[in-house]
Amino acid sequence: MNEQQQTLLQFMSQQADKLGVQTMQHIGLTFISLFIAVLIGLPLGIYITRKKNISGLVLGIAGILQTIPSIALLGFMIPLLGIGAKPAIVALLLYALLPIIRNTYTGITGVDATVKEAAVAMGMSKWQVLFKVELPLAMPVILAGIRTATVINVGVATLASYIAAGGLGEFIFGGISLNNTNMILAGAIPAALLAIIFDFLLSLVQKLNVKKIKGVVKIAPVLLIILSCLYFIPSAYGGKLTAGFTPEFMGRQDGNLGLISKYGLKIHTIVISDAVMYKAAQEKELDVISGYSTDGRLKAYNLLVLDDDKKIFPPYYAAPIVREDALRKFPELEKTLNLLAGTITDSIMTELNYKTDYLHQSPERVAKDFLVSKKLWRAEKNGKEGVVRIGSKIFGEQYILASMYSMLIKGHTNYDVSTKSGLGGTKIVFDAMTNDQIDFYPEYTGTGLLAILQAPAKTVNELQTSKDSTYNYVQREFSKRYQIKWLKPIGFNNAYALMMREKQAKDLNIKTISNLKRYLESK
Amino acid sequence: MIKVEHLVKTYGSVKAVDDISFEVNEGENMILLGTSGCGKTTTLKMLNRLIEPDSGNIAIDGKNISEQPPELLRRGIGYVLQNNGLFPHYTVGENIAVLPNLLKWDKAKTQKRVDELIEKLHLTKEYLNAYPSELSGGQQQRIGLARALVTDPPVLLMDEPFGALDNVTRSSIHREFKALDELKRKTIIMVTHDVQEAFELADRIALMDKGKIVQIDAPADLLFNPVNEFVRGFLLEQRLQLELKSIKLTDLWTHLTDTGKKINPSMLSSDIGIWEALENFKFYPRETINIINQHTKEVKSITFDQLMSAFSKHKNLQPHE
Repeated sequence: MNEQQQTLLQFMSQQADKLGVQTMQHIGLTFISLFIAVLIGLPLGIYITRKKNISGLVLGIAGILQTIPSIALLGFMIPLLGIGAKPAIVALLLYALLPIIRNTYTGITGVDATVKEAAVAMGMSKWQVLFKVELPLAMPVILAGIRTATVINVGVATLASYIAAGGLGEFIFGGISLNNTNMILAGAIPAALLAIIFDFLLSLVQKLNVKKIKGVVKIAPVLLIILSCLYFIPSAYGGKLTAGFTPEFMGRQDGNLGLISKYGLKIHTIVISDAVMYKAAQEKELDVISGYSTDGRLKAYNLLVLDDDKKIFPPYYAAPIVREDALRKFPELEKTLNLLAGTITDSIMTELNYKTDYLHQSPERVAKDFLVSKKLWRAEKNGKEGVVRIGSKIFGEQYILASMYSMLIKGHTNYDVSTKSGLGGTKIVFDAMTNDQIDFYPEYTGTGLLAILQAPAKTVNELQTSKDSTYNYVQREFSKRYQIKWLKPIGFNNAYALMMREKQAKDLNIKTISNLKRYLESK
Repeated sequence: MIKVEHLVKTYGSVKAVDDISFEVNEGENMILLGTSGCGKTTTLKMLNRLIEPDSGNIAIDGKNISEQPPELLRRGIGYVLQNNGLFPHYTVGENIAVLPNLLKWDKAKTQKRVDELIEKLHLTKEYLNAYPSELSGGQQQRIGLARALVTDPPVLLMDEPFGALDNVTRSSIHREFKALDELKRKTIIMVTHDVQEAFELADRIALMDKGKIVQIDAPADLLFNPVNEFVRGFLLEQRLQLELKSIKLTDLWTHLTDTGKKINPSMLSSDIGIWEALENFKFYPRETINIINQHTKEVKSITFDQLMSAFSKHKNLQPHE
């Protein structure tokens, strides 16, 4: 994580294998979808020149498809076609259709009426007129459409990595989540080059005279098929199990890199976005995924967290962190916040997240139900002895914790509360804290260590062995640097985790990551 | 050769062609003349089924054309379009060979025929590998004609074939057209709105108006025996020129006096029109031209004044309208 100093070229040569695979997948995706789009679009375009009354309808539908945002279109595909290449190809194909249909239609209707009449008058059949006159004369316009479609496809194919179809998007989006500029560029530059190169090559074809175009058009299907096949080369090797990791997980030391270096785990891996990963695991498209150990979806989809027996995932124990001057100002605060300490285990937190994320209960209700069950809930005192400002990040777990703290303070002290929830990511909420906009919020030890303190790799390695050493380190450093105090941990550890379907894990007798490795290596 | 009976074609409420019947004899050059919208082109296009009539019959060589597959029918009829309709993606040679290729002629035969036509149309073989866009309008129109003639079809349909050409090019093509032996034995139906052209090229003219044939006759009959005011009015503006073109020297023979002095050695046939004879005058004082009567082999040498006075006498003998 602290290795950003390497140059782009170093990064690219280091990742040459992956870059090659991604580029091939990218080209493959682009051309498989383009090939199918031509197979559909060209005849359809020709057909609507013969049935002018439906041409408006067909072009209109293709136009509407084009306006659907790419991510949304990919999203629509998942329930229908699952994840991977299929939905990505269908989505790309839909984008490629409009330029191909429209240009075929425009090209053919644009052929000089006199020339067509001459062809008919000489006794050519309908098909002869089409193949000998209309198509050759419309070819430059049709090729322009295919050229547009190709460039669109190269661009949209970067999004295919969201649904585990691979391509250069893996680097681009991985780089964005890891804030790794080299990684972004390693994906973006080749993608841009592909677009420029294909655009240029097709522009050359377009400029050829009709005779030579004939030749090109004859070899084009072969070429398209060859380019399409590139997609399948990388995925030709598989494995017993398939893993789906987020782009961020792929690039982190406390993620896939650690799995490889510390466990020596070799698993067929595809990159996928967090949003569809859990569902894909449930639907058996993926066997192993990276996730968060307290995510509500664990419960929703019956997933089992594999034990990290070599401790590569640093602990992410949650605890409230409070401004030291706020603790002085509100003497009752520390005691009250610590009421929650140690009460919420991983499984309880998962359960609570499940209630908000999947049962769609409000965080307030979930918080109150929990406090009542722990006999910590008390009616509000409507205190007037000052206002405590609570912050939270922008996800469900933080909302629940903020609500609990708010209720505890209102019920157990004479302070009032103002809640500033949804303060974006770590940086925003922490800046709000150091700028005296909020008094406390729940934070995680791992985040404190890696994101806020940005501890050197060596320190991180030393601390990873136990949860207490990490906690002690961040507590000491925060107090020293920011005058912020870490109170007692709440109990759960929302760390990265590998997870599998519970049933499959049981069947294969896999409980730990080492078990997983052993299973993968057994014949 | 071609027999058209009660042909009708309506577009919406407009009768484009309204109950037309006519016959064209073998080897005849029939010109459909009229203003735009009179139905002449629609009539022409029904002859090779580019347009299907609403009712009526067309027989070519005694065979009803509606009973033949349109593709086969068209392959047997040459067709020349106003804007030539050459395939821009084919070379000149390939354009001419379109029909032979459809008919699967062997290559040598096609090549021989193409070369022959190129020569007859006064084009050089260098053009064979050029594309139509590299040619002048007159050359393109010749290629269009060659393409229609390549299989030597007995019937040729021409839709304003010289309409897009400038005047100079047009008159030179007219001359070639009349001289081309390939065309002499063909039955030709040509559409034009150009009265001069019709008078120059037609054996008979069918003058059309509002979807009907108003008069169908030889050019001179149209001029001197118009059936109604429409026909007279149609030709009125160019009447003098048309008369000079359609009256032949033979018609004036008796009114021409021989001056006897044959200074000029050149000899004109009496079959030409007055117009063409006039074109042979260089206009210097007391100039004469020599004319030979093709039937009697009698030769007369006449001045411009004598030719004009003979024309005037001939006119005065015509029935007064």
